[in-house]
Amino acid sequence: MALVDRTFRSLFLTELAVGFAITFRQMFKPKVTVNYPHEKGPLSSRFRGEHALRRYASGEERCIACKLCEAICPAQAITIEAEPRDDGSRRTTRYDIDMVKCIYCGFCQEACPVDAIVEGPNYEFAAETREELLYNKDKLLANGDRWECEIAANLSTDAPYR
Amino acid sequence: MPKLIVNGVEVEVPQGSTVLQACEAAGAEVPRFCYHDRLSIAGNCRMCLVEVEKSPKPVASCAMPANEGMVVKTNTPQVQKARDGVMEFLLINHPLDCPICDQGGECDLQDQAMAYGRGGSRYEDAKRAVKDKDIGPLVKTIMTRCIHCTRCIRFGEEVAGVEVLGLTGRGEHMEVGPYVEAVVNTELSGNIIDLCPVGALTSKPYEFHARSWELVKTESIDVLDAVGANIRIDTRGAEVMRILPRLNEAVNEEWLADKSRFACDGLKKRRLDRCFVRRDGKLEPASWDEAFAAIATRLRGVPGNRIAALAGDLADAEAILLLKELMGALGSTHIDCRQDGAKLDASNRAGYLFNTTIAGIEQADTCLLIGTNPRWEAPLVNARLRKRWRRGGFAIGLIGEPRDLTYKYNHLGVGPQALAELANGRHAFAETLKGAKAPMLILGQGALVRSDGGQILAAARQIAGDLGFVRDGWNGFNVLHSAAARVGGLDLGFVPGADGRDVAGILEGAQSGVIDVVYLLGADEIDTSRFGKAFVIYQGHHGDAGAKRADVVLPGAAYTEKDATYVNLEGRPQRTHRAIHPLGEAREDWKILRALSEALGKQLPYDTLQSVRERLGHVAPSFRALGRVEPASFGNFGTPGPLGPEPFKSNIANYYMTDPISRASPTMAECVAAFLTPAQGKTGTHG
Repeated sequence: MALVDRTFRSLFLTELAVGFAITFRQMFKPKVTVNYPHEKGPLSSRFRGEHALRRYASGEERCIACKLCEAICPAQAITIEAEPRDDGSRRTTRYDIDMVKCIYCGFCQEACPVDAIVEGPNYEFAAETREELLYNKDKLLANGDRWECEIAANLSTDAPYR
Repeated sequence: MPKLIVNGVEVEVPQGSTVLQACEAAGAEVPRFCYHDRLSIAGNCRMCLVEVEKSPKPVASCAMPANEGMVVKTNTPQVQKARDGVMEFLLINHPLDCPICDQGGECDLQDQAMAYGRGGSRYEDAKRAVKDKDIGPLVKTIMTRCIHCTRCIRFGEEVAGVEVLGLTGRGEHMEVGPYVEAVVNTELSGNIIDLCPVGALTSKPYEFHARSWELVKTESIDVLDAVGANIRIDTRGAEVMRILPRLNEAVNEEWLADKSRFACDGLKKRRLDRCFVRRDGKLEPASWDEAFAAIATRLRGVPGNRIAALAGDLADAEAILLLKELMGALGSTHIDCRQDGAKLDASNRAGYLFNTTIAGIEQADTCLLIGTNPRWEAPLVNARLRKRWRRGGFAIGLIGEPRDLTYKYNHLGVGPQALAELANGRHAFAETLKGAKAPMLILGQGALVRSDGGQILAAARQIAGDLGFVRDGWNGFNVLHSAAARVGGLDLGFVPGADGRDVAGILEGAQSGVIDVVYLLGADEIDTSRFGKAFVIYQGHHGDAGAKRADVVLPGAAYTEKDATYVNLEGRPQRTHRAIHPLGEAREDWKILRALSEALGKQLPYDTLQSVRERLGHVAPSFRALGRVEPASFGNFGTPGPLGPEPFKSNIANYYMTDPISRASPTMAECVAAFLTPAQGKTGTHG
């Protein structure tokens, strides 16, 4: 019986017909892929992407050099040096994140008492050299300025659950 | 000896103990802020509340004497509720700015709020704010954080002896601060930073620079005075961030003098990190080989009696030993470790030690200070003297400059005249000394560096002998050193040998051309202009006076960068430990001398630090008693003779700058400006 079944299928190419039918049917269903980079998928407000250092509305940087992010970082990717600024306030003189070491766990933003270091929604920061991924304070502050609207919106969306 | 029951455990404590001490003896933990072992009891923070049976309310255990038959409980719901309430009150006006507070991570309030406090605050009104006080360049104040434990005030009154800080106002308006604008002018001011249980008093030079959890801690010994205080060096990477005291009841208790604590920023400035050789009158960078070759070339054919060596105040015993053996191999007897020219006698150990020991001061009942200002020469010895004086029954006589020593003394005279009168028994104070059961005298370096220093030493020896300063189990003869290397050098016999020249002789010889080569082991406190045409080799860690004059500079390691032995003024050998690596091409000092000996063809037989230390024990057996004082037997020393008329003068003119490290320290420079420079009087143009 099995011999007849196999001979029938190979003689009339039924499997090919079934395959074509599936393909044909899919043509009328909605697409699951997006046309990246022209289209992008949805992101959670809790998405942990590229880091940024935020500022207050007055333009004053938020970071107060408490070094909690440096202490909690499991990959030891953060390096901070601090000293008193001219006005006597506690500020960083150096804030480096090695984005190659970083494992994007988000502990730094959890530890931050002033919401200064955050992982923003940007994930498109691939670089051609390793050096470009060693972020310093200027780069992080620039990120903060650039993404502030999105970051603030994400934080306020997430705030009720904290 | 009352017996108590604490949490069901029976303990017996000495008469006069408090309930808190009894709880500690029973192993029950009692939180506290205002109570401190070494300060008087204040009982104002209320954190140490415990339940005592038959008492209607919880009692403050720090202020309650332990009585026979008390039943104390420290873990009942009532006690927990009381602590919880006290903590909530303390936190009402505390700013909770831990992220920007330097005390964060090592804060008593933070720790105890985690352990005994409630999770959140119920207080919703405005917190009070207090204006910060300016109390000098060392201690930063953020008075809003203060919880009024008054430890700093009690420390000032009781230990340091400066009554600058105090409380003003009551209740909500209570403030700690100087009553008027004033700096806390004491050599022990840094200790209030350690005492403050919150971040109200923090270190100004260390401000915002590091967090306690990122520091690597190394236990070591301080060398900026001769006390040999036990310290902890906190480092981050290749940088010394701060220095803190370590508990040693026999030496520094738990205090540390300001120079030792704050001069560590001098370790980053003016350092020698490579060899230099003088070519055409200019010091030029060189390699170790070039530097050694320059020395070997110059030394070739120079007879031993034309070579001399001086050991400085920060030199370690290992290096002094190797330098001594190298000079011996070269055939020189012109060696000296007393660069200030003190007429100390190395032949009798009791003649240059602080024989009573620092802790022994507390057993003394009479003290005679000769030509010394202990407040500047050894602030921690001075603190012990004050501690003894506060207990009462301690007569102190001073011959020398009448300075504020933080305790009362009889000023017996300014010069050797008074000393001679005492020796003859003609002075009124001689009767006090005769009647004393445990008299001691402290002879300062200022009295010994004079031209009649040997005679003064003999006169002090005579007083000690005649008036019974030395008796069974008690030796009241003390020399107060101010250089960390001095006792080690004398123990090792780093003094002129047969026909050898001392410091004055070496300088004179160099000037007149009799000495051709001078080796300076970190010796900077000498008149370098008197070296004449001599070839000067300087081995040390700072570019100070010695390096400036040198023809070859060999970079050594500072005390934070080497494992080394130092002997303190009591004759207690103690070891430093390496906290960071020597800077650049610098090396540990004994290694430099070992390598140099090979380059000169006089190879010394030591390849490891262990072998050097074994040799130390052979040369001076006292080095084997690490951390202990070997009592020295009293004998004859000094050169009897007539005393000069000049008044005594302390050998330290500026406490904050006595050595290459503190001279390079910006913090110490600020201290000089704040504490030692007389304030400029206000003129009509001042606002």
